[in-house]
Amino acid sequence: MKTQWFRTVMCLGLASLILAGCNSTPPAALPPSSDDNIERETPPPAPAAQPEYGTFDSSGNPYIPGTNQLLARTFYFGYDQANLSQNDLAILEMHARVLAENPARRILIQGHCDERGTREYNLALGERRSDTVRRFLLSAGATGAQVETVSYGEERPEDPGHNEASWSRNRRAIVAYR
Amino acid sequence: MRSLLGRLPAPIAVLLLLAAPVLHAAETLDTVIIDAGYDKQTRVAIVPFRVDPQVRAQAPMQAILEFDLQRSGQFEVLEASSMLSLPSKPSEVLYRDWKILGQEFVVVGNIVPGNSGGQALNLYVFDVLAERLLTAQTIEGSSGQWRDIAHKAADIVFEQATGIPGAFSTRLMYVLAKNLGSSGVTSKLEISDSDGERVRTVHESSEPILSASWSPNGREVAYVSFDTGRSAIYIHDLITNSREKIAEFPGINSAPRYSPDGSKLAMVLSKDGNPEIYVMDLKTRALSRMTQNRAIDTEPTWSPNGQKIAFTSDRGGKPQIYQLDARTGIFDSRLTNEGDYNARAQHMPDGKHMIYVHRKRGVFHIAWQSLVKNDFRILTQTSLDESPSVAPNGAMLIYATQIDGQGILAVVSVDGRVKYRLPSSEGDVREPAWSPYLSSVVSTSVISNP
Repeated sequence: MKTQWFRTVMCLGLASLILAGCNSTPPAALPPSSDDNIERETPPPAPAAQPEYGTFDSSGNPYIPGTNQLLARTFYFGYDQANLSQNDLAILEMHARVLAENPARRILIQGHCDERGTREYNLALGERRSDTVRRFLLSAGATGAQVETVSYGEERPEDPGHNEASWSRNRRAIVAYR
Repeated sequence: MRSLLGRLPAPIAVLLLLAAPVLHAAETLDTVIIDAGYDKQTRVAIVPFRVDPQVRAQAPMQAILEFDLQRSGQFEVLEASSMLSLPSKPSEVLYRDWKILGQEFVVVGNIVPGNSGGQALNLYVFDVLAERLLTAQTIEGSSGQWRDIAHKAADIVFEQATGIPGAFSTRLMYVLAKNLGSSGVTSKLEISDSDGERVRTVHESSEPILSASWSPNGREVAYVSFDTGRSAIYIHDLITNSREKIAEFPGINSAPRYSPDGSKLAMVLSKDGNPEIYVMDLKTRALSRMTQNRAIDTEPTWSPNGQKIAFTSDRGGKPQIYQLDARTGIFDSRLTNEGDYNARAQHMPDGKHMIYVHRKRGVFHIAWQSLVKNDFRILTQTSLDESPSVAPNGAMLIYATQIDGQGILAVVSVDGRVKYRLPSSEGDVREPAWSPYLSSVVSTSVISNP
């Protein structure tokens, strides 16, 4: 646990809070989604008065402590893979702290795949991805009651294209605060 | 399109241009023949049916019958303009006229008013070389059932000529998705005739629908939908148009497949930690767990005799197809060895072969394999092929693929030689499931004194 927290700090320091840069297989030079733009325009409500991991935007998504930047909530995976990078783990460790310090908050982790392969197998692979995220969050302080998972397999692509650029955006797990 | 139409016999070209757009309003499946296959097709003449003036509906029954035979790839249908005589009853058939034209079979018919309203087709099939009437049958239906009568006639002609029962009176079930990747995404579970006509919607949702499966008698279907925000398995009664949720456990609820006797439903549940195969007794709703493995186990499919369940598992590191005993759950064997991705098997009706999704050099195709001897073939040349489903007569299979970025359905004969496509007029279509033989909605009787 201590070493993981150390890595978190290192990652944060080195990456200078570049949010997308902490993801594992980031689609190269992705423009920020329109959602992110809206979220960033909302000023955080007085961070100093809140617990360290307890500031959220109006949609309930957590900020990185002491900043007006939202914690990344989408994590990308390699083809047919369900493992998370060290950068992903560093961000997820912060999500786990958010959940541990705010026991009333709940999340739903959605697992997604690209369109290659059969739909049922991809449903299982999507669950493997959401479960990997869930297991890590529980190991880092979140409770089982806070974390639910759902796999959508290949049914809900972020990008409906049929090439590697689209596929890499679709192999993902999303941490959705409720 | 133009060049394709130019190569097609006239009746098909006419049907492609005229019939499909007017028969129904919403999204439709069109038919595009890619490769009519066989070098030596059976030569059949279908003489224009004589229509009794009292029958008011001038439906294109004959065109539907001809198009069914054409699509099968096994027939070369003689154009009416080449015919030397136009008999409409047995006494008018001169075998000599058809021998000169090199025909093997002649089909003669007349459409008359039905006994209880509607219409009836008196159908006669002749073997020209043997100079013999093979069958004489009356197919009768209500005035709205002319399509059913035509498909039934095609089944009869196909069986007389090939010895294999026709499967034109069957239906296709598939999922139509629109606006994927946007907030307006919708999914529809649709059922059409075997030629893509007469589409009806079984279920519509803004959430995903997948994995639809026919009950053996064709009266109900099972499928997965995410209507509650997570996967659940539903059984939908097609006659009462009502549905019942039968599985919504934590985690995955998917891949329902009816046992051949209809008493059980195999399915995949991950309620105990990871995806495992279960069998539900549909009477008691009791669940039996069939697999115990930390790997992904999914896509169960029953052998035609109901004794085995084949399934996909990555227990060996990559997805392959395995088999277990359907009664005891005892592991039986691994069935696939070719390549590093084989999934979603379905047995052929003979129980001796199966079809499945096979990845070769990163491209997904439909493969066919013998279960009794070493024989393996790749049937499709398209890419991203998935969800193969075989017709109940074992002659053709339908699958999902992509052409120019659009999800379409495609049909291929089991020997890979005949191909046609069924693109939707709108959206992406996928997850096709070919129905079993259905109980006939039209009545058929043998004509005693033809």
